[in-house]
Formats: sequence, C-alpha cells, structure tokens
Amino acid sequence: MNARNLREQLNQAHARGDYAPLLELIPYAGLIGIECARQGDELLFRLPANPDNVGNPILPAIHGGVIAGFMELAALLHVMVFTGTGSIPKIIDFSIDYLRAGHVRDTYARCQLWRQGRRVTNVAITAWQGVEAEPIATARAHFKIEEPTDT
Amino acid sequence: MNDLALLARAERFLSVLRHCQKLGMRVHAANTDGMTLVLPYSPQIAGDAQTGLVHGGVLTTLMDTTCGMATLCVLPEFELCPTLDLRIDHMHPGEAGKDVYGFAQCYRVSRDVIFTRGYAYQNDPAQPIAQVVGTFMRLGKSIKVGVGAPLATLGGEA
Repeated sequence: MNARNLREQLNQAHARGDYAPLLELIPYAGLIGIECARQGDELLFRLPANPDNVGNPILPAIHGGVIAGFMELAALLHVMVFTGTGSIPKIIDFSIDYLRAGHVRDTYARCQLWRQGRRVTNVAITAWQGVEAEPIATARAHFKIEEPTDT
Repeated sequence: MNDLALLARAERFLSVLRHCQKLGMRVHAANTDGMTLVLPYSPQIAGDAQTGLVHGGVLTTLMDTTCGMATLCVLPEFELCPTLDLRIDHMHPGEAGKDVYGFAQCYRVSRDVIFTRGYAYQNDPAQPIAQVVGTFMRLGKSIKVGVGAPLATLGGEA
C-alpha cells in the first residue's frame, strides 16, 4: 500500500469512527482482539476479556506481554491517526510499569502524544480496567515515523 | 537443582501459560546461565500483513516470559515473580518467516526484587533484534503453581 492510500484509509476510518479496516492491516491486532473507538476527538482502545490472553493461571490474570502488546498497538494506532503518517510507524523502544494485576476483564487504554518530532514521536499510554484513575499499567514508547507529506 | 530438573520445571511452567501456548512458545534451553525460549513464526503474529514482520508486542510477550522464567534458574524453590517493569529496545526489524529466540538471565537477586536482562534474536545471538531489561517482584515461597494454590494469598495485591 502506498502512502497516499494509507492516509486516505486513515482519514476515512477517523471520519467514520470505524477503525476495523486499519486493524486488518495488523494481524497481531486480531490475535489479541484489540478494538478502537472514537470518543469525541479522542481514541479509546479496548481489549475484550479473552481466556487466550491469560498468562497467570493462578489469579488468573492477563499475560503482562499481552497488556504491553495491547498498549503498544494502541500507541501505534494513535500515532497513525494523529500524525497523518503515510506508513506504519516503527517501534524504537517501549517501556512499561505494571501497577496492578490485569484480571480477565475488559481492559481499556488511552494515549497521549507528548512530542511529535519530524522523525520520532513520544507517546504515553495508560491502561485500566474498572476505574481509569486506577491504572493497571502505564507505558511510554518512541516510534520512528516517516515525515508527513502534504498531499 | 541440576539442568535436567530445571528444564522440566521450565517446561511445566510454560505449559500452563495459556497465551504462550496459543503462540506455540517452547523452552529451547534452561541452565544456570539463563533461560532460552523459542517463539515459532506464524503469520498471525505479524505487525504488518504486507511485510509479515513480527509485531513488537509479541517480542515483548516473548521477553517478558523469558525474563520471568529466568528467575527459575536462580531460585532454589519456585516463587511466583510478577513483572514490576520491562523495557525493550528494538535493534533491528528482524526477518519475516523466521522463529525468534529469547534469552534472559538474572544479574541481581535481592530479598524482594530480581533484576533480569536479555535479548531476542533469530540467526545469531550476537546480532540481537531486541534488548530487554526487566525487574520482577518476589512474592515468596508460599505460592505454588498447581492444584491447591493459595488463591487468597494472590488475590491481595503486593
């Protein structure tokens, strides 16, 4: 897919609030089952409870890696939608702090684009289950993006 | 604990992690130096359907599991060690269609916390595709995997 096609698809998805066509470009998004919805001007990400995502059989709890993957995906989609990039951003590094156990319930995430440079963006991600003010994990990521073109 | 017993313990541990089973992860090697797991390639773990490159989040899952299981190499008895934090640096994009190996070791074991580091590679361990550091909490020996696990002990968060 060329840059213009991807941007068109991004703009359409954001205008309609239907991000499923974007998620289809990313097989891993389907594997863990991430969903994305528009809330006003913001994006809210959801990871529905799924026994296949469990990594601690005793609690049971969602695998920490799945929580990280969900948050990285959320950040990626957030960056794609809000920077107008023409290609899928590349992850440079990712750092996560686990604050509470992620029970087998729906998990939500929201992102904050702290800095968009010409080549690199810095994004913070917060994930929670019941109460947004009590996150189960916070993370931050750097992505390399292709410079947005004015088409 | 000898390497054979360690390998058996590692395989038993990995076998009850449902998401890791879904990804088809296996223990490649386990000894006093550290833990090596292997993540077989499949199209479903790609981050981009066109290139087929493995998504960063899957590598985080591989390395979180590998670092967590590296604690088995240094603890005389099983302790559940949840991840406190994890950082992953992506060195190279890797190659589509190839299995990914994760290696990790513990470089400091304190009373409450275990510090681990590791890397993910495909062809050559000297050319890692990702580097990782992770810190794990020690919850103590009273918690065991399997039947009769004291659920209540784990219910309260540390």
